[in-house]
Amino acid sequence: MALFLVNILDGLVTGLLLFMLCSGLTLIFSMMGVLNFAHASFYMLGAYFAYQISTITGFWLGLLVAPVIVGVFGALIERYGLRRVHKYGHVPELIFTFGLALLIEEVIQFFWGKSQMAYSEPEALNFAAFAIAGNSFPAYKVFMIFVAMGLFLTLLYILTKTRIGMTIQAALSYPETVQNLGHNVPLVFMGVFGVGTAMAGLAGVIAGPVLGTFPGMAVQLGSIVFVTIVIGGLGSLWGALVASLIIGWLQTFAAAYNVAMEDILTFFGFTKPENIWDHPLQDLWTLTLPQIGPILPYLLMVFVLVLRPQGLMGKRET
Amino acid sequence: MTVPAIELRNLEKSFGLAKIIQGVNLKIEKGERHAVIGPNGAGKSTLFNLITGRFAPTSGGVYLHGEDVSGMQPFEINRRGLSRSFQITNIFPNMTVFENIRCGLLWTMGYKYSFWHMINGQRDVTEKAEQILEEINLTARRDLLAGTLAYAEQRALEIGITIAGGADIILLDEPCAGMSHSETDLIVDLIRKVTEDKTLMIVEHDMGVIFDLADKISVLVYGEIIESDVPDAVRASAKVKEAYLGTTLEEEDA
Amino acid sequence: MNTASKTQAVSNPNRRLISLSSLLPWAFAALFLLCLPLVFQSSAALTIMNQMAITIVFALSYNMLLGQGGMLSFGHAVYMGLGGFFAMHVMNMVEYDGLWLPLPLLPVVGGLFGMTFAFLIGSFSTRRAGTVFAMISLGVGELIAACSIIIVVFFGGEEGISGDRTMGPEVLGYDFAAQSEVYYLTVIWLLVATVLMYLFSRTPIGRIANAVRDNEERAEFLGYSQRHVRWMSFIASGFFAGVAGSLFAINFEILTEENLNLATSGSILLITFLGGVGFFVGPIIGAIVFTLLQTVLGLYTEIWALYLGILFVSCVMFFPGGFAGIIAMHRRPLALGKLNLLVGPYLKVAIPAITSVLSLAAVLEISFHKRHSFGDDHEMSLYGITFDSHGYQALGFAIVIAAISLFLVSRILPSIKAAWDEANHAGDAQ
Repeated sequence: MALFLVNILDGLVTGLLLFMLCSGLTLIFSMMGVLNFAHASFYMLGAYFAYQISTITGFWLGLLVAPVIVGVFGALIERYGLRRVHKYGHVPELIFTFGLALLIEEVIQFFWGKSQMAYSEPEALNFAAFAIAGNSFPAYKVFMIFVAMGLFLTLLYILTKTRIGMTIQAALSYPETVQNLGHNVPLVFMGVFGVGTAMAGLAGVIAGPVLGTFPGMAVQLGSIVFVTIVIGGLGSLWGALVASLIIGWLQTFAAAYNVAMEDILTFFGFTKPENIWDHPLQDLWTLTLPQIGPILPYLLMVFVLVLRPQGLMGKRET
Repeated sequence: MTVPAIELRNLEKSFGLAKIIQGVNLKIEKGERHAVIGPNGAGKSTLFNLITGRFAPTSGGVYLHGEDVSGMQPFEINRRGLSRSFQITNIFPNMTVFENIRCGLLWTMGYKYSFWHMINGQRDVTEKAEQILEEINLTARRDLLAGTLAYAEQRALEIGITIAGGADIILLDEPCAGMSHSETDLIVDLIRKVTEDKTLMIVEHDMGVIFDLADKISVLVYGEIIESDVPDAVRASAKVKEAYLGTTLEEEDA
Repeated sequence: MNTASKTQAVSNPNRRLISLSSLLPWAFAALFLLCLPLVFQSSAALTIMNQMAITIVFALSYNMLLGQGGMLSFGHAVYMGLGGFFAMHVMNMVEYDGLWLPLPLLPVVGGLFGMTFAFLIGSFSTRRAGTVFAMISLGVGELIAACSIIIVVFFGGEEGISGDRTMGPEVLGYDFAAQSEVYYLTVIWLLVATVLMYLFSRTPIGRIANAVRDNEERAEFLGYSQRHVRWMSFIASGFFAGVAGSLFAINFEILTEENLNLATSGSILLITFLGGVGFFVGPIIGAIVFTLLQTVLGLYTEIWALYLGILFVSCVMFFPGGFAGIIAMHRRPLALGKLNLLVGPYLKVAIPAITSVLSLAAVLEISFHKRHSFGDDHEMSLYGITFDSHGYQALGFAIVIAAISLFLVSRILPSIKAAWDEANHAGDAQ
C-alpha cells in the first residue's frame, strides 16, 4: 500500500510534467492549426538555458528567466520562420517544425556537447519531504507538483476569467472563428506560440535536474507528448490532462511492479517449455512488466485510435 | 406514380441548439429542374449538404430513386448517381484542366481504383474528357493548371467536373455567384445544355436565372419550405411575397 | 480506316502507351548504372553506390505518400525495416532450413511483408491525412521501434539479426559473394522498382491519389473514398519500402533497431523533401545528394549534421520545391530560349556566394573547435591552413570575409532578380 502511494505521487509528477508540454502544444495547435513538432526541443532549451544561468546565479533565477528566454525565442521563430511557411499549408508547417527540432538538437550539441550537464536541484530542496513507510519522497518532486499545479491553475484562470482567455477558448471550440476575431491575428499567433513554448521551457527547467539535461532529452519525451495529445484528442485541453495523467501512472506503475509473464502464464496453467532459449515463444515467457512499460503509451494510442478515432475527449474526428 | 428522383421526408438538422433545417418535405420528379430560393441563412447550402452526404441529418430521411441514402458518405451517394457543385469553387488547383475533368470521369467509366491501366493510354477517357472540355469551352485551356484559370473559367470547370461522371441527378450550388451579366448568360446556357434529360436541383440568388431555368421553385425560409410550385404560382403566392420575394420580384419586373 | 488515322493524327502524341521518347531516359539511366562500376571499382565506392540505390528506392516509396498522396509520415522506416528483417529471416531459412529461393527474388518476399504491415496499419492510420496521419505514423513508428528491443525472437534485440546472402541457389553461376555482383542485383531492382513506381503514378489510382492530396473533399463527391485511396497508396508504398529493406539486408547482411527507428524515418523525410516532393525525380536527386553529403562532409567535419539541419530548414523556408523545384523553375526560361540570360548573373554571384558559405562554415568550425577541443589542443587546420583556433585572428578573419562576401551577394541579388524576371518574360526586351 505504501509503495502504491509513492507510485501514485511519482506518476502524478510524470503526468503533470507531460501536461505542461501538452497544454502548450494544444494551445498552439488549436489556435494556429500547427502541430509544433519542435515542442519538446523548447523544453530542452529551457533546461539548458536554466543550467547555464544556474552556473552563474544559482537555480532560482534560472527558473524565472529561462522560460522567458525560451518564450521570446519561440515568438521570434514564429515571426521569422513559421509565418513564412504558413502560406504553404499545415503539412509544410509541420515539416518546418520537424526541421527545427533537428536543428535545435544540433545547435545544443554545438554549444554544450553530447554529454549530460551537471544541472541539479537547488540545495534548499535537496531533502526528503516526507516518508511513506520507509520510502522517502524528495522535496524537489513536491516542488515540481506545485509548479505544475500553479501553471495549470494560472492557465485555467486566464482561459476562464480574462478577455484574451475567452477569445482563446472560443477559438479552441470553434477553430473557424479564429479568422473572425477582429483582433490582430498575427500578433495573437506570435503571442500564443511564445507562451506555449515558454510553458515547455518551464517544464524543461524543472525537469532537467530530475530527468537529466542532455541532447537526447527532447527525443526521449517528444514522441510521448505527441502520443498523449492524440490519445486525449487533438485540440482538447481536458483530454490532454486526462491522457497525461493516465500515461504518467501507466509508466510509473509498469516500471515499479516486476510482474513476469512467466508467473501469469503459469497461473493460467501453462507449462514453461524446457528449452526456453530456442523456443519461438521465448519472448512471451520471459517478458516482464517493466520491459513492456515503454511501449504501453503507444499500444494505448493504437487501441484508442481503433476504438475511438477522435481520441478520449476529442469532439470531432479531425 | 413514378418514384421521385429526390425525396426528402421530415428532414431535420441541428447544430448544437440551432435548428437549421426544421422538417423539410420535398419531392423532385425525374427530369425536373428544381430551384431552391430563400433569403441568406435560410439553410439552402445546409440542405444541399444533407442531400449529398456532407452532413448526416439529425432526423428524417433522404431518398434517391426511392433508396434511403441518409447517413451515407458522399462517395457512396455519388456512386448512386448524384453529383454536385460547390458555392465556393472546389476544384483540384494543382492539376491541369484536362486532369480535373478526367478525375470526374474515372469512377463511372469503371476505372475505379485500378492500378493496372495506364491512364494516358485509355482512349475512351481521353476522348470523353476532351468532349466535355469542348462543351464547357475550355479546350484552349486544356493543359493549364486549374488554379491559374480566371474566376468564370473556374466556375465552368466546376460544372464540368460535376457533370463529367454522367450522374443523372445534378445539384448546383449558386453556379452564377460572383459573375457578370454576360458570364451568367453563358453559364445558364451551359447548364441548360449539360443537364438535358437530367434531374437538376439548383440554389441561386439571381432571380433571372431561376425563372429562366426552373420548372419548379421551392422557397426555403428559416429551414422550412413555405411554398413549392411552378414559377408563376410562386411569383403569385402571397405567402412568398410576404416572407421574402415581394420586393425582389417587383424590382425584377420594373 | 480513314477516320481512324485522322483521329490518330489529331490526338495528342503522348496518348500512345509507349513511345520511343519516353523510353529513352530509362534506357539511358539503365546503361549509365550498368557502366558505373567500370569507373568506380573500389569496394568503398560500390558500397556507397549500393547505399544510394537503396536510399533512392526508399525515398521514392516515401514520396508515394508525401508527394503523391499528401501523407506526411514520421514512421516510414517501419515498413523498410520490417521488410528487411523478414527478408533476413527468409535468408536464414534458405541457409539453415533448405528453403529454395534465389537471392534476386528475396526483395519480392520482403516487399510483400512490408505491404502486409502497411495493409494492417493503414487500415486505421489512413482515415485522415495531414496532422492526424503524421502523429499516428509517429506513434506506430515508436511502437515498432520499441518492440524491436523487446521481441528478441524476431528482431534479435540490441545486436539485431544477421545472415549470409551467399547460401542460396546460384543464379547464372553467381553466388553474390562479390560486391560487384550485389551491385548489379541492387541496380536491377532499383530500375524495376523505379519503373513500377513511375507507372503507378500514371494509373487511375495514382492520379486519384493526387486529387485526394489536392482536395480530398471534392474527390469524395466524385465517387472516391479518400480513405481507400490513401490506404491503397499506403499499401503500395509499403511494398516498395519492403523492397528497399530487403536490398539493405542483402547488401549489409545485418539489420538492427536502427533500421526502423525515428531517426531513420526522419532522415528519409529530410532526403525526400530536399530532393523535392513535387516531382518524380525529386527523391532520386535527394538520395544521391544526401548520400554524397553524408559520406564526404562526414569525413571532413564533426558538425555535418548541423549543416544539414541548416540546409533543410532553409529549404523548407525558401525553396519548398527542393532541388528538383529549383531545376524546374528554369523550364520556362529554357522554353523561351532565354536561359543564357541567367548564366552571367549566376556566375557573378557564384564566387561571393561560395566564399560566404565557406567563411560562415569556418566561423562555425573555429568556434566549435575552440569550445570542444581537448586540453591545450589549440592547433586546427581548415581548407589547408593551420592556425591557432583559440586566438582572435582566425575567427576575426573568417567573420570579416563572411561579412564582405555576404555584402557582395546582397549587392548582386537585385541584378539576378532583374535577369530572372526578364528570362521569364515572353517576348523581347524593351
